[in-house]
Amino acid sequence: MRIIKIILLIFFLILSFQKLLIANDNSMIIDKISKNLRCLICQGQSVYDSQSDFALSMKLLIKNKIENGESEDQIYDYLKNQYGEWIVYDPEFDKKNLILWAFPLLLFIFGGILIYKKVFIN
Amino acid sequence: MKKNIFYSILFLFFLFIFSIFYKGLDNSNIYTTEKIKNENLSAFISKELFSNEQFDSNDIIKVNKFTIINIWSSWCIPCKQEHSVLMDLKEKTNINIIGLNYKDKKNNAINFINKLGNPFSKILTDPDGVISISLGAYGVPETFLINNESNVIRKYIGPLTHDNILEIINLIKS
Repeated sequence: MRIIKIILLIFFLILSFQKLLIANDNSMIIDKISKNLRCLICQGQSVYDSQSDFALSMKLLIKNKIENGESEDQIYDYLKNQYGEWIVYDPEFDKKNLILWAFPLLLFIFGGILIYKKVFIN
Repeated sequence: MKKNIFYSILFLFFLFIFSIFYKGLDNSNIYTTEKIKNENLSAFISKELFSNEQFDSNDIIKVNKFTIINIWSSWCIPCKQEHSVLMDLKEKTNINIIGLNYKDKKNNAINFINKLGNPFSKILTDPDGVISISLGAYGVPETFLINNESNVIRKYIGPLTHDNILEIINLIKS
């Protein structure tokens, strides 16, 4: 009798978790996208963190778009088009920030040359 | 001699960095979307506040050469201040002004209009704010001047002023 109870318990436990996982499928991707978006009217918060009107509506919009079958990249592109590149946390590589991206690499190479000279030539 | 060259290069380098940072002090840190004008305003479907009738934004925009979309709310204090300016604009021009009621309660919105007058030809509702966000709105109030092909000509963040009105009148004349 006891074994049946335990088996039943485990069975329903697994069942309940499964339902949870299915239900959270969409909300997980919404969370992921909103974590990558800057809340424009809040200071230093992502859309995910913020409870402002702007962020709440933004999350709803993302949800609608996901339900309409749009991909993550499509949503980013759409929002970048509407709000500018500032809305995403990941800056794109372009002419304006070329130095920013290339400078550490240049320093790295320069340092490498210095070390190489010191160790192998002298 | 070698040392002198080294120090002068170092000095120039720091001067260069200093001048960049000094110039950067003048730049405003406040980000607005005012300058971002996406070519096409995304279409939306919404219900009218009074009649509850459903409208497609494309159908409304097509009719007139220019349309103004004003996002407002009864709980927004700057909107109250802006309202007289909108009434003025309505009087001076016969431009089609569409209100988009942002995250508002129906009764409050109707009271607001009854009290302060109605400059809008239609008031569309946006109860959860999704439409405003899809238009690229930043907050309330915000105003878009668009032509009949849904191109955004001018975007105003914050309450409209009388200077803005003069600009709008000039823009729609030409």
